[in-house]
Amino acid sequence: MSDVQIWTYVLVALSFGLYIGIAIWSRAVSTKEFYVAGGGVSPLANGMATAADWMSAASFISMAGLISFAGYDGAVYLMGWTGGYVLLALLLAPYLRKFGKFTVPDFIGERYYSKTARVVAVFCALIVSFTYVAGQMRGVGIVFSRYLEVDINTGVVIGMVIVLFYAVLGGMKGITYTQVAQYCVLIFAFMVPAIFISIQMTGNPIPQLGFGDTLSDGSGTYLLDKLDGLSTELGFAEYTSGSKSMIDVFAITLALMVGTAGLPHVIVRFFTVKRVRDARKSAGLALLFIAILYTTAPAVAVFARTNLIETVSGKEYDKMPEWFSRWETTGLIAHEDKNGDGIIQYVAAPEVNELTVDRDIMVLANPEIANLPAWVIGLIAAGGLAAALSTAAGLLLVISSSVSHDLIKNVLNPGLSEKGELWAARISAAVAVVIAGYFGINPPGFVAAVVALAFGLAAASFFPAIILGIFYKKMNSQGAISGMVVGLCLMLFYMLKFKFGIFDGGKEAIDGLKDDWWFGISPEGFGSIAMVVNFIVAIVVNSFTDDPPEDVQEIVENIRIPSGVGDAIEH
Amino acid sequence: MDTDLRKKYWKENLKYLAILISIWFLVSYGFGILLVDELNTIRMGGFKLGFWFAQQGSIYVFVILIFVYVRLMNKLDKKYGYNEE
Repeated sequence: MSDVQIWTYVLVALSFGLYIGIAIWSRAVSTKEFYVAGGGVSPLANGMATAADWMSAASFISMAGLISFAGYDGAVYLMGWTGGYVLLALLLAPYLRKFGKFTVPDFIGERYYSKTARVVAVFCALIVSFTYVAGQMRGVGIVFSRYLEVDINTGVVIGMVIVLFYAVLGGMKGITYTQVAQYCVLIFAFMVPAIFISIQMTGNPIPQLGFGDTLSDGSGTYLLDKLDGLSTELGFAEYTSGSKSMIDVFAITLALMVGTAGLPHVIVRFFTVKRVRDARKSAGLALLFIAILYTTAPAVAVFARTNLIETVSGKEYDKMPEWFSRWETTGLIAHEDKNGDGIIQYVAAPEVNELTVDRDIMVLANPEIANLPAWVIGLIAAGGLAAALSTAAGLLLVISSSVSHDLIKNVLNPGLSEKGELWAARISAAVAVVIAGYFGINPPGFVAAVVALAFGLAAASFFPAIILGIFYKKMNSQGAISGMVVGLCLMLFYMLKFKFGIFDGGKEAIDGLKDDWWFGISPEGFGSIAMVVNFIVAIVVNSFTDDPPEDVQEIVENIRIPSGVGDAIEH
Repeated sequence: MDTDLRKKYWKENLKYLAILISIWFLVSYGFGILLVDELNTIRMGGFKLGFWFAQQGSIYVFVILIFVYVRLMNKLDKKYGYNEE
């Protein structure tokens, strides 16, 4: 076994032991503990847990790679996945905490005094969460298979068992405290290689400043200028300017921001703190913790891209370093010597280019490309697993509480006892893990595509209903329901038409349909349009129907005032 | 609870929200997207300013905005006696 493998095994085993220990220490004994950790989590712990909940395998493994191939356009993910927290902190979290229930459908159902509204919300929550969680389980499997050389499916099963253990046993309480640990693991694992590489390339230990610094080779050239030069030389777009249209960048950023603010597994985290002011503060802390990774990722992207081009472009294939062949066997990097000269041509023009690179390699292999020590490389696996498991657990909790609390307790069987509901919650969590695992092992081809669109769906359905519920006292159930249904259907239609080509003969037709995009907006960005439509439909329908009952308007008055949260203290 | 007091509190809250959300919009959609080409003509060390706002600056401002909001609201809660122990 190589050094890297030994380190990887040791670090992964240590981190898993930690999670299991925490799970045993923090078992849930009431539904309140299971759904919202008893409502007594400190803002600091909640901030870290939210950050881990939020940052998935995609943030940890894929994002820096995406940015390094997209250049400026990568900003849609950076701004989109952080800016939503401003909306969350200012427009949602404090009021939902004051409202003080267990789930997002809870809020929708009671604010719009309607079982239909609750069921529509449950449906949206399940669609969003299931698509997302399948991607996470797959991520777990991939990390296992690449670093520990176990079969992907075995990896998924190991991940399932771990999540099952602490989600079913501990509910939100177990998840919260394991997520705190997972945040620490993942941020350490992300930062250490980034700092090493930043020092190596620019002499600056802070990656955020390093990628705007001059190269450490004494030439006095700025790193970004060098990368711009290399990119254009090889025929790619200049790194610091993008290739997407401005309106599409705008729309995607907006859809991701609003989608973030509308994701049920993120919102529900703010039900777990004691007071309204804690909800505000923990949103700030969550974004701070997220920002540490999100401001480092673009630096990693630049370092990795420059390193990759310099190491492989125009070099002899036989003289490639050891990591090249190792990652070649995983299929993440491939060289096809088209002109038979034994030299790797890496250029933009597809007919001449000989190198294909999977985006994920930019984070996964980055420490090896930069020749870092074995323990740093081992960290990446532990970090990637922490990111995937924490997000999966958060999503599973949303699924189980939507089923046990919103469907079973509130719609199907209102007479259910507290103990019965807790068992229902545990069983639905277990079933959800198994379904998620199934999709992890047999991923439907559309998972990757749909994960990105989960944001569009959340933006198109939840966000307007919640905002109007808080800021527009006279919004009634007819308006909110029609808004949600129209928004969701419109988004699904656009997705099916332009992402899957369902109405025009399948996947092959997608590229040809680009010219037909409405306003030139891609399916990823369309959530912002569907959201606007949701708002308009809701307000128009509302103006033709009756005002909501007095007691509902009183609820709205009440959630706007932070004091009197009341019953939340159980710790 | 006093309705007038509530209304006043809510109005002040909305005023803060309007200001903070405008800044949120300006740094991300304004500086990072709509004005990116103009700002890219200005340089800050190795960074073009528009690129920097899109990939770094806007995120820093987001964090600051939330903490400013937390402070403002804590003060406002106190002023109206809505703060909790």
